[in-house]
Amino acid sequence: MRRLAQLVPILLGLSLLLFFWVRSLPGGPAAALLGERATPERVAQINRIYGLDRPVWEQYLDFLGRAARLDFGVSRMTERPVTEELVSRFPATAELAVVAILFAVGLGVPLGYLAARRHLTWIDNLSVAGSLIGVAIPVFFLGFLLKYLFAVQLGWLPPDGRQSPRLFVDHPTGFYVLDGLLRGDPASSWDALRHLILPGIALGTIPLAIITRITRAAVLDVLHKDYVRTAEAKGLTRAVVNRRHVLRNALLPVLTVTGLQVGLLLSGAVLTETVFAFPGVGSFLVDAIAARDYAVIQGFILVIAVIVVTVNLLVDLGYGLVDPRVRLR
Amino acid sequence: MTAADPAPLRQRAAPPDTEQAGISLGRDAWRRLRRDPVAIVGAVLVLLFVAVAFLAPVLAPWGPTDTPGKDLVTPTNVPGPSTEHWLGLDNLGRDELSRVLHGARQSLVVGVVSLLFGAVTGSLVGLVAGSFGGRIDNLIMRLMDIMLAVPGLLFAIGLAALLGHSLTSVMIAVGTVNVPVFARLLRGSMLTQRSADYALAITSLGVRRRTLILRHVLPNSLSPVIVQGTLTLATAIIDAAGLAFLGLSGTDPGVPEWGRMLAETQRYLSSAPHLAIFPGVAIVLAALGFTLLGESLREALDPTYRR
Repeated sequence: MRRLAQLVPILLGLSLLLFFWVRSLPGGPAAALLGERATPERVAQINRIYGLDRPVWEQYLDFLGRAARLDFGVSRMTERPVTEELVSRFPATAELAVVAILFAVGLGVPLGYLAARRHLTWIDNLSVAGSLIGVAIPVFFLGFLLKYLFAVQLGWLPPDGRQSPRLFVDHPTGFYVLDGLLRGDPASSWDALRHLILPGIALGTIPLAIITRITRAAVLDVLHKDYVRTAEAKGLTRAVVNRRHVLRNALLPVLTVTGLQVGLLLSGAVLTETVFAFPGVGSFLVDAIAARDYAVIQGFILVIAVIVVTVNLLVDLGYGLVDPRVRLR
Repeated sequence: MTAADPAPLRQRAAPPDTEQAGISLGRDAWRRLRRDPVAIVGAVLVLLFVAVAFLAPVLAPWGPTDTPGKDLVTPTNVPGPSTEHWLGLDNLGRDELSRVLHGARQSLVVGVVSLLFGAVTGSLVGLVAGSFGGRIDNLIMRLMDIMLAVPGLLFAIGLAALLGHSLTSVMIAVGTVNVPVFARLLRGSMLTQRSADYALAITSLGVRRRTLILRHVLPNSLSPVIVQGTLTLATAIIDAAGLAFLGLSGTDPGVPEWGRMLAETQRYLSSAPHLAIFPGVAIVLAALGFTLLGESLREALDPTYRR
């Protein structure tokens, strides 16, 4: 509960920051909204309509009230409510982020574990080298290489988009993989999944590098603990020692780090979606930047920040669930 | 100690051990770095990157905006590497090698300036929080929490959009992202140092707080900041390239920038992949150099840390 209360000032501070961000834009929010069509008369008209001629604190409270109702205004590009735009694109990004995190955790934890168990062997060295190189590759360049190799050269996977153009099917949930299964059409689910593989790998590589490293370090740390030696001395099999003693303890820092990757995934999605022409919230943000659609940028950043802060809170709470020592404190 | 005690002999024969010979942290770190192959590879990459950035006008066969191959380029055919143009030509007939080499300057300037901006501002903020403690500390740290709630690249995008399309705004945006990182790091490190026994001893001698902080606590708290600084150079180069990739960098298309070179050549993916590969590899090598060097520095400065 105390942890939850700490979120309030952060979110309030953030809303204040974003409120003044739009107000500091060149020409103010009215000019930002009107773009090149801004004339003094039209600016005054917009200011009156949107209440921009009222005292600042009143405007802020108004903004806060609307933000709490998830009303971020209207997109200049599409002339539809920003929230509607974000909601319609969110499933795409969520699917992408899930594939990326599954890739990163599914490969990173076993790899890190193996590296620690085979400490100072070639597997270990390879995983260390791989994780150092992994964080140095920009996600957009990696996306580029994957697309060139596996889509353009080998033709194994589709180069861009969310589904093949010949598939015209309706999407009740917006999650294409799920929609296919719900309709009893596994072929379209498979098609959607194939579209997620390359961008998922591109987006998941930096988290993979980080998770591999943290798992390796955590397992190495736990392996040298007295209780592991005791467990081995008692004659427990390696599988039991691993499951009950090593992994349970070593996975705590991995859980924290995985939670921290959510922010990285969502900002990385902006670049990945651009490379793969993937119609999610990230590529929409890029269009919004080009069109100087500040309502979209503002809403997007606020929503992402809320997600990041909430996930961090959940990770903190989850930590208490898996580690009794944290609960006691 | 008697004459029969073999310890002094062993001390003389063995290479000097840190604690016994009393080597300073800096010299010990240097000794470790020199023996670390990862540090050597990192240093070579960093030196190469800096040398290329400084010597680009001498090394590059053409200027960044010269179009020696404009007659050879058609919309469907962009020639790849040849003996005359080692890395091929770009879509406007400019020499790709010359553009990549000149791009190093831009990356180095953006990386270093944004790092300095972020590290200096962040460290000052951390210094104030760490020295005063109490309410001021609390207020500053909550502000930093707010900044950290927005993922770095998104924060930079918002700031760059606010400041307008220019190189300066990219540098400020990328630098600002790092302010809370450095502030938290220095503050945390200072809090640890302030509660150390030596700080208590100095205080009990009647030394003023300012002297304690500036002469003793601060210098002892700096090593994590130095390590972070090196690692941040890598992320700053990648983030700046990311902003350029999104079209948020300077407005002069003639100035070669690795991130933008990658973005501009997306259309030629199948016909001229070299246009994306070379600037991409350049970003990776520069970032890798600083990452390797930073990791080795971390290990050298903190012997308890293991890669």
